Order: sequence, then C-alpha cells, then structure tokens
Amino acid sequence: MPSKTIDIESLKKKAVIFRRDILETLEAAGSGHPGGSLSAVEIFLSLYGYQVNHKPNDPRWEDRDRVIVSKGHVSPVVYTTLANFGYFPKEELKTFRKFGARLQGHVHTKVPGVEFNTGSLGHGLSFANGIALGARMRGKDFKVYCVMGDGEIQEGSVWEAAMTAAHYKLDHVCAIIDYNKVQENGPTNEIKNLEPLRDKWTAFGWNVLDVDGHSIEALRVAFDEFGSTKGKPTVIIANTIKGKGISFMEGKSAWHGKAPNKEQLALALKELE
Amino acid sequence: MELKPTPTRDGFGEELVTLGKTNQNIVVTSGDLEDATRAEYFKKEFPDRFYNLGITEQDVVGTAAGLSTMGYVAFATSFAVFLTNRAYDMIRLDVCYNNLNVKVVCSHGGVTVGEDGASAQCLEDFAIMRVLPNMRVICPADYIEAKKATRVMVKTSGPFYMRTSRSPLPIITREDDHFTIGKANVLRDGKDATVIACGAMVSEALSAAEKLKHEGIDLKVVNMHTIKPIDVQMIIKSAKDTGAIITAEEHQLAGGLGSAVAEVLVLNYPCPMEMVGVKDSFGESGSPAQLLAHYGLKDINIIEAVKKAVSRKKG
Repeated sequence: MPSKTIDIESLKKKAVIFRRDILETLEAAGSGHPGGSLSAVEIFLSLYGYQVNHKPNDPRWEDRDRVIVSKGHVSPVVYTTLANFGYFPKEELKTFRKFGARLQGHVHTKVPGVEFNTGSLGHGLSFANGIALGARMRGKDFKVYCVMGDGEIQEGSVWEAAMTAAHYKLDHVCAIIDYNKVQENGPTNEIKNLEPLRDKWTAFGWNVLDVDGHSIEALRVAFDEFGSTKGKPTVIIANTIKGKGISFMEGKSAWHGKAPNKEQLALALKELE
Repeated sequence: MELKPTPTRDGFGEELVTLGKTNQNIVVTSGDLEDATRAEYFKKEFPDRFYNLGITEQDVVGTAAGLSTMGYVAFATSFAVFLTNRAYDMIRLDVCYNNLNVKVVCSHGGVTVGEDGASAQCLEDFAIMRVLPNMRVICPADYIEAKKATRVMVKTSGPFYMRTSRSPLPIITREDDHFTIGKANVLRDGKDATVIACGAMVSEALSAAEKLKHEGIDLKVVNMHTIKPIDVQMIIKSAKDTGAIITAEEHQLAGGLGSAVAEVLVLNYPCPMEMVGVKDSFGESGSPAQLLAHYGLKDINIIEAVKKAVSRKKG
C-alpha cells in the first residue's frame, strides 16, 4: 500500500506549470539547461510533492529529508520546484543567472532549499553518503536523496560512492538517475555506453528499481519500495526523455544547454496548453 | 625533557586522539593510508568515528564534506599528492566553494618522503591549495607545532589544509610558544637579512643562521607556519628592518611560500629577495638527506641565497 494519499491529477497539472516556469525562466535568462530540466520534472515534483519530509518555511529544519542535486546544471527545474512549493517567491525566477541574484547558474545554497552547491559532476553521491553516515551516528532517521544525470555517472567518483553506500548498508540513501539518454554532445550510450545499467548497480550491491520517470504513479511505487528496503541503498533508474514535453526539444542534445528565444518559447508554451 | 626528532604526522595523530576524548564531534575519513598519516591512532581509540573508505580519494573528501553538515569536524586524510592532486575538484567544490568544516590533513609532503620517489612526494600542494578561496594552508615546522595546529583547526570552523612530514624533524619550537593562524613566529632576531621558512626548512634556516654568525651576517629567522593567510605585517616589517628576504620551502618554487611572500613584497615593500625550493622538477628515490642535498634544500643553499640577497642590497 502506498504510504501517503496523493492527488495524482493535481500533480499532473503541476507538471505542466513546472515546464512552463522552466521555459520562461530559461528564456528570461538567455542561457541554461532545458533538456535535463524538462526530463526531471516528475522526479522533483514527486520528491517535493509527496515523498520528502520538508518545511518550506523552515528550510534548515534539522529532521528534513535531504535532496542533493548532483546534476547541478538542472537548476531551472530545481528552482522552479522550490519556488512552486513556497521556498521563495516565484517572481525571483526572473533573476536566474543574473548578476547579484541568489539563483546562480548551477544550484547554490544561497537559494532556500538547496543543500549543496554543485555544477561539477560526480560530487553528489559521496556527499549524500556523508550525510547519511552522520545521520546514523546522530540517531536521525531522515532519508537522503541524490539526483544524478545519466551522463554524470560516467564519472568514476560516482562508483567510488556507490561502493561506499553499499559497504555501509546505507538503506536511507536513494539515488535517482534521470536516464534521459542524451548528454551534451549526443546519445549517452553512443558516447560511453552505460549499459547494462541495472546490472552494474546490482553488482555494486544496490536495490535497483527501473521505472518510467515521467509516471508519478510509477515513481511513487518505487519510492515506497525504497522505504521498505533494508540493508542496502536504493537506486531508481528513472527512464525519461530529454526535453520532455516540447516536441522540438525531445531527444535533442542541441537542447542540453541552450535557452529558447522568444519565438521558441511561444511555440513551446503552445504545446503545453 | 629533550625531545628527539619526530615526524610532524605523529604530532597530528597523537593530538587528534587527545582532542577526540573530549570532542565527540571529530570524525575522520581515510583513503586506506591511516597507518602512514597516523590517523590510525584515532581509529584505534574511536573506531565508530573513523571511516577507511578504501582507495577512493574523491570519496574520502566528498564523504567528509557530507559528514561535516551533520555538525562534525571532519578530517579527510591521505598522502598529500593523492588528496590535493587527485581529489582537487572535491576540495575545490565540496569543501571550499561550499565552505564546509573539513580539514584536509595530508602526510608525505616534500622530497623527505624519500625512497618511494616522485609519485609520492608532493611538491605542489601549497600552490594549488592556497589559490582556493576559503582555504587556509598550514605546514608545521615540528611535532609540537603540528599538535597546536591540530588543536586550532578543530577550534576554527571552515576549510583547512595541513601538510605533515613522514621524516623526523628536529624540535625547534616550545610548548609555550604562541600559535595563531596567520601569525608567523620569529625564532631568531637579526638585522642583515630575514629567512622566511616553513616545515622542514625552518631548522635548516636556523642552522644557516648559526653558521652565518661566524661570517658576520646576522640573520633573522621567521617560521611561517601559515602559508595562507600569510602574515603580511611580518613580511613587511622584516623587509624594512633587514632589507633582504630569503624564502625556504620543501616545495616547487612556483606558487608556494616564496611566491606568496613575493606577492606581498612586490605590492608593499620591494626589496632584494631570493627563493630556496625545488626548481620545476619532480623528486626521485633516495634517502631524505640525499634528496634534500640534491634539490638544494640544505642550510648551505640558504647561506648561498642569503649572501646573494645581502649583496644585492644598496649601500
């Protein structure tokens, strides 16, 4: 049985709002990363919408679940999520990437709700493990989530951390891979093949869940399974589409790190109607 | 009690145990070199607060960063080459950019590592650590100073890098000497020139001063245990009082203590300056004594540099 009652339909409506906010934020900034932001909408929506224990009006609440954004370039989806859940005013999204703004190009702890400055890949999982080890020593029972990109896990440091989490049986750590299958210069598995991805994580001692990363229902089942898995860390391989929701961005590496212009934004918003 | 020459890593390891008895918030990560860094003393006393993460330096730093956010003073330990070079991006981003309470403490600095050769002899750590915002860089001159530095790091929140030695170093400081981050200690006053040294080179500087006394040169010796933040006032005062500065370090000439001192002098009080250090070269295998001699890191090299600097003084 799912642990909490959630309103799937309302979350699905939120997903559309998130995508619109992401695209408007990027257009206003004139630069940034739409592809991996749009692919991760349902992941962040699920985390903050029903999965994590958090208090937007008390972002440093000591018993909060931690969400570590290891793929720091998807700041548009992170900031959009935090703004929509009340961590800071939505108007502030217009300041994204502007001089003097809190909303730095890659996620930054100046922004309420962000736990860790990232932007160089392969850093989040070790950091998440460190928090999880600290929580165990302190007798805290919160969970630690770490959102990573698929291209990111080409970094060797990810696998160092993967060994640590399994070795110390960090069953309160949940890694989520946004497997959108496209990185900056092309298809991930043509550039450096990740497959067999499930087998790799299984061999490293993880509980592996392979789901449709755009299905809030499927993600919810996976999170519930994470909650009931003891003795090993969980990784959710969230199968997604890069640029999800916008036809001309979907699956295109060209939209990894490029903002839409005004015309492209108008076209994109039309598709979301 | 007369102390025999002792590696500074021993001072670190022993003091960490002492501190760990009263401070439950000290935790340590290690890249399977705790025997060499002396972090194993802590491991034996407090196994529940010690993590040997295996040969994964990036993880050693990143995990320490995560631990620090739970209110711990996290020590990340290994050889200097492995943490400062291999895990540089983790030190830069996780520790310094996030400004976390992580102390990167590394043994095996300099050529006095000895027989293991160049791959284990770190000669660039001061340079690459001191360019990082929020980072403070310490290189203690002896066992006593290593203990004090360890105490101060625990008391002072934020990122630190400390290099310790594998080789025994003579005891040249006293228990009651002040140790303040960013404040250098004058070990000997003089009027003709000043040697500013750190780590193993401090005792060589003292020896050079003794020998130069017989040649009529009165040498001031400064122990610059903190390379960042550097003691600007001490450098300027020494330049004004003695008119010539000589730096000495077991490190590349580029980017290290000498460079840091030169930056201060050029901007504030230019004067004749000479630098003793490793000249754009990797180390090699040999005994510490042989290597110090080969790379020009002995008292005689300091003497030569002092004479050159003094001869460049006007009038």
